[in-house]
Order: sequence, then C-alpha cells, then structure tokens
Amino acid sequence: MNYTTAQLIIFFAIVALGTFLTRALPFLLFPENKPIPKYMKYLADILPYTIIGMLVVYCLKDISFLKAPYAIPEAISIVVIILLHVWKKNTLLSIGVGALLYMFLIQTI
Amino acid sequence: MQKKTAALKAAFPLTIPVMTGYIVLGAAYGILMNSKGFPMIWSILASVFVYAGSMQFVTVALLASGFDSLGAFMMTIAVNARHIFYGISMLHHYHGMGRLKPYLIFSLTDESFSILCSAKVPDQVEAKWFYFFISFLDQVYWMAGTILGAILGSVLNIDTRGIDFVLTALFVVILVNQWQAAKNHLPALIGIFSAILCRLIFGASDFIIPAMVLILLLVTALKKPMERKELL
Repeated sequence: MNYTTAQLIIFFAIVALGTFLTRALPFLLFPENKPIPKYMKYLADILPYTIIGMLVVYCLKDISFLKAPYAIPEAISIVVIILLHVWKKNTLLSIGVGALLYMFLIQTI
Repeated sequence: MQKKTAALKAAFPLTIPVMTGYIVLGAAYGILMNSKGFPMIWSILASVFVYAGSMQFVTVALLASGFDSLGAFMMTIAVNARHIFYGISMLHHYHGMGRLKPYLIFSLTDESFSILCSAKVPDQVEAKWFYFFISFLDQVYWMAGTILGAILGSVLNIDTRGIDFVLTALFVVILVNQWQAAKNHLPALIGIFSAILCRLIFGASDFIIPAMVLILLLVTALKKPMERKELL
C-alpha cells in the first residue's frame, strides 16, 4: 500500500458515508413524524419476499453455464439444500451440509 | 437490564447462521487486506465504520487502482444500492426505535436484513432491543472475523475455497422458508426472474440496479392483483 494516512481516512470516510446513505435514504425520505404513503407500505410488505430471490441470484452472479464446471457444483448444492431443508427444516443443518458439499465439489472436481 | 438480557437470549439463536458466514468472510477480508500490506487497524476501521461485506472487498480493488474520491463514492452507491430496499422494508418495523435507530439503520447488511425481515419479535421482548441485538451480534461476528483474518494472515494454510457459499446457502434457506410461509409466490418469482434476466442482459458487475428498477416496475404494475390475493 502506498497511501498516506490522511488519504486512507478520506477514502474510508467516503465509502462509509456512501454506504450509510444507501441504508438511511428511505428513513430520511419518510421520517417518523410523517405518515408513510400507502404505496410504500405496499412495497414494504412485498419487497422482503422479492429481495431474497434477488440476493440468491446476486450470490450466483459469477457462475457460467458455458465454462467448466458449468455451474454443476452450485446446482447440486442448492438442490441438496432445498431438499434437506424441506425435509428436516433445520437451518444450520441445511446451511452446513450445503456449504461443505459445495466446498468438497469445487475443491475435488 | 432484564429486558436486555431477554432480548439478547431471543436474538442470539437467530444469528447463529450469520455467525459462521461472517467469521469466515470477515477473516477472508482481513487476510486479503493483510496480503495487500494494510496494517490491521485499517481492516478494523473499515469493519467498524463501513460494515458492508461485498463493498469492503470492492474497496481493496479500488485502492489497488489509485486514489479517486468521486469514483469511490459512485462505486459505493452502485454496489450498495440494494440496501435502499432493506430500508423501505424496515420503515415501519424501525418506527419508534429511539436512540437505537441510527445504529439499526447503519447496520442493515444483507445478512442482518435477511434475518430481521423474517424474525418475529417474541412476546415479552422489547422490539428495539431484539432488533438491536440481532444487528449488533452480526457486527461482532464480522469484527471477530476481520481481526482473526488480519492476525492469522498468511499463516492460515487450509483450503477455504468455496466457503463463501455459506451465505448463498443462508439465502436459499430463507427463500425456502418464505416460499413455504407465503400463499402468493409471485413476489419471490418476480425477484428471481428480474435478477436472472438483468444478469443475462447487463452482465455480472452491472445488473443489480437494473434488476431493482425492473422489480419496482413489476411490483407496481401488479399492485392491484397482488393486493386482491393475500400474501400470507
């Protein structure tokens, strides 16, 4: 690293501020003393169910079906996680088995 | 005090899945910063004040490409834009949180949000302390990971490739839980469909903002039929 302390402080302050801004924006736009518009209430009810799906895709954004290993480790692991979770309903078991299976697959294939 | 203990006891079990992921990923961040020659203090400061997993990894790349304040700011907004959705979803939950509210907003990461948005506040537990301890414990795990990684640095010699899949697995599990709890699967399908479509069109590094726009458009267009059908 070849930065001065001042540069690094400024850099991390900018990133921290930008990050906080994205988290605080809805709260700044809709402060507690004003009623939340109906449309925002609708979004608040719907979005949690929408975002988790988006996050799963976000986690898998770098996979490729055209290059080896053709997203096979991801596909197998996710199917196992879903089946195991539907069957046992044990969050830690599903996550633990899924992640270990995935690590085994990409490290050995 | 008793109230806080009760909230902590209720919050802790919910955060265990995040604990594994955050300690491991936090350690990966600490190791990465260490390998680029940054003293531990910078990794710690970033994990205290930035506290955004994927963004912290991006900062390492940004710093490698030279000092550019405006570029760093724009990049931060782009990478973290998805957080806006979390704030919208938590608006009513975080109503009346008092002096804890700024921290609750600050600490709204992907993983904390995924726990918070589906967590039911138990009876006899104060909502604000329940939410606070979920958020705070998650940051403690992230800090512990960061420090661990910065200390161990290159000493660590186990093959950890693929360990970040813990977080993918966490989101898949939450998706399954939501799917089974919801009567209407349209919101989940909209999220998955929009993200896949935009990933295919815009590529891996630029698809989240278009995906968010598409989600908003679809959800808005389908407001009437969606409200007619019960969500839960």
